[in-house]
Amino acid sequence: MTSKKTGMDTDAARRRFLGGAAALTTLSLAPGVTLIASAEAKEAHDATSTKMRWGMLIDARKCDSECTLCVDACRDEMGWGTPADRKPRPKTDAQWIRKVHVTDPKTTHTFSLPVMCQHCESPTCVDVCPTGASFKRVDGVVLVDKHICIGCRYCMMACPYKARSFVHEDISNQKPHAPRGKGTVEACTLCVHRVDRGGIPACVERCATAGRKAMLFGDLNDPESEIAKAVAEFATKQIRADLGLNPGIRYQGI
Amino acid sequence: MKKQIAFSEIAGNSNGYWALLLFFGALIGAALGATWHMEHEGHWVTGMSNQIVWGVPHVFAVFLIVAASGALNVASISSVFEVQDYKALAPLSALLSLALLTGGLAVLVLDLGRPDRLIVAMTSYNFKSIFAWNIYLYTGFFGVVGIYTWVMMDPRFVHFKKVAGSFAMMWRLLLTTGTGSIFGFLVARQAYDAAIMAPMFIIMSFAYGLAIYLLVIMAVYNGANRPLGDYVVCRMRNLLKVFVGAVLYFTLVQHLTNLYATEHHGVELFILLEGGPYTVLFWVGHIFLGGLLPLAILFHPMARTRAWTAIAASLIVLGGLCQVYVIIIGGQAYPLVLFPGMEVQSSFYDGEIYRYLNSLPELVLGIGGFALVAAIIMVAIKVLPFLPESLEDRHVDPEHSAKKEAREAGEKAGASA
Repeated sequence: MTSKKTGMDTDAARRRFLGGAAALTTLSLAPGVTLIASAEAKEAHDATSTKMRWGMLIDARKCDSECTLCVDACRDEMGWGTPADRKPRPKTDAQWIRKVHVTDPKTTHTFSLPVMCQHCESPTCVDVCPTGASFKRVDGVVLVDKHICIGCRYCMMACPYKARSFVHEDISNQKPHAPRGKGTVEACTLCVHRVDRGGIPACVERCATAGRKAMLFGDLNDPESEIAKAVAEFATKQIRADLGLNPGIRYQGI
Repeated sequence: MKKQIAFSEIAGNSNGYWALLLFFGALIGAALGATWHMEHEGHWVTGMSNQIVWGVPHVFAVFLIVAASGALNVASISSVFEVQDYKALAPLSALLSLALLTGGLAVLVLDLGRPDRLIVAMTSYNFKSIFAWNIYLYTGFFGVVGIYTWVMMDPRFVHFKKVAGSFAMMWRLLLTTGTGSIFGFLVARQAYDAAIMAPMFIIMSFAYGLAIYLLVIMAVYNGANRPLGDYVVCRMRNLLKVFVGAVLYFTLVQHLTNLYATEHHGVELFILLEGGPYTVLFWVGHIFLGGLLPLAILFHPMARTRAWTAIAASLIVLGGLCQVYVIIIGGQAYPLVLFPGMEVQSSFYDGEIYRYLNSLPELVLGIGGFALVAAIIMVAIKVLPFLPESLEDRHVDPEHSAKKEAREAGEKAGASA
């Protein structure tokens, strides 16, 4: 009898303990679960789709050689410029997008165009990256996972477009939507933080706002999109198309 | 019948030994300090930039890694091709290859933007990357050559020597193929993107590795006051001639192939004629000092001495560093071709020859790699019996020695008659 009672007491104690533990666990996790639920405005997988291929069409004929609006917009949006508290170091300061001036020495014909990550279908940077930090999203945007980039710079050796920069020093005043890190590699993200919310890249927006409209952004796979219609109608070119990488950035007038 | 070779540890308790170890330790300490400085401040304090992304540390690292593979030549000749004369030299060959790879990898890792993330490189792989494959090849090399060394030195496993040696030889050929392919697979760069890179790196490894082996064995036997006969040195001299000649041949083929294609004329003009320091390093450093001059020394009948062999081997090492410098930094200094046939210009140095001047910390890190190699060898030969007690001719090859003595006796007799 005594032993039976003791057994029941033990069971009750165990139940009480488990009940308490469950309640404590619930109390600990519930706020976190609630926070996560309210922070997720959109499911992560909703933002990207294999059906899409984000791309850009840049009309070099509308691109003034003196104009750097797209570069300024990118710098403002992503925060990669030289900080105000030090002198520029052009050899090591990052440039996610730059204006390139081209002259044909045989004819003296010149044109100017912005060059950034070309978001290739077969990106060499992704091929060579040892850790998989360089990766391509299903919608064609090529990014760097700053958490697993070891700073080997092999992607910079491999990129035909000189589109990537290495962060050579400490960084302050970072933008929350564009985290950067000393010792890692970075490049144009095609403003995925905007695009995933239905927006357009900052460079395209600034160019359009200024009335130049040299840059067109959209889904190359959507036959109804303005960019798909434009690339179907007009002759467009990719830089170093001979490499067969099929960049998502196309140009007119080059 | 050949005498059994006796291996033993060196005493390693002289003041000279400790002073030298301290010296190499100081160099390693300086390299770690240089790394701390570069990592703490960021790479802007180096000569590297967004144009020249791999600098002098990579020159040292690649040179040491390539040499590591070649340093195993002597062991391979002994175990795989069963050349008896090389048997006594084999354990040091394996030790040197392990030490060189350690030194090279240390420099490579310490120059990463995030060396603290080495564990990521070990756990997160992209198998399409030759770099990722190299991580396997390098770490595997330690295992394969480690086992091979054990098998060589432990009489219980001596019957596995040929198998282990053959596997180690294949592994190191793969390793150097992987290292050469780091450059061979860079399709966008004019100076690279060539299948010849992989075999050329293999032959480079043979020359660098053997030259370093010769220098090490001469230095170690001199330092340890152990006898080293001319026969051993001369056998390796002959092999070295072939390797140095082959490096020159591959270099010739590499540039002739490029010169045939008009699209590569620009980069060839740059390296061969108009590249300033790179052109000088190519012709004077690599071709003359690292190729033609050591070949002349090695072939010259009057230079069949140990001192001249050491000079030739030193020149091959110097020329090798120049060759790797021209490949790595010269190859990057020539700008990427965005628009073939066009002139380009931008705020990001498009279309310009990129300038590079290494900083002191980079050089100190690279030299630290060599110091690490030396320190590993010094410690290893003190704690394990890597070295034969004597490499005198009569111990290495009694038959040759007997013939030589008979010949000399005959000459003497002839002279006196």
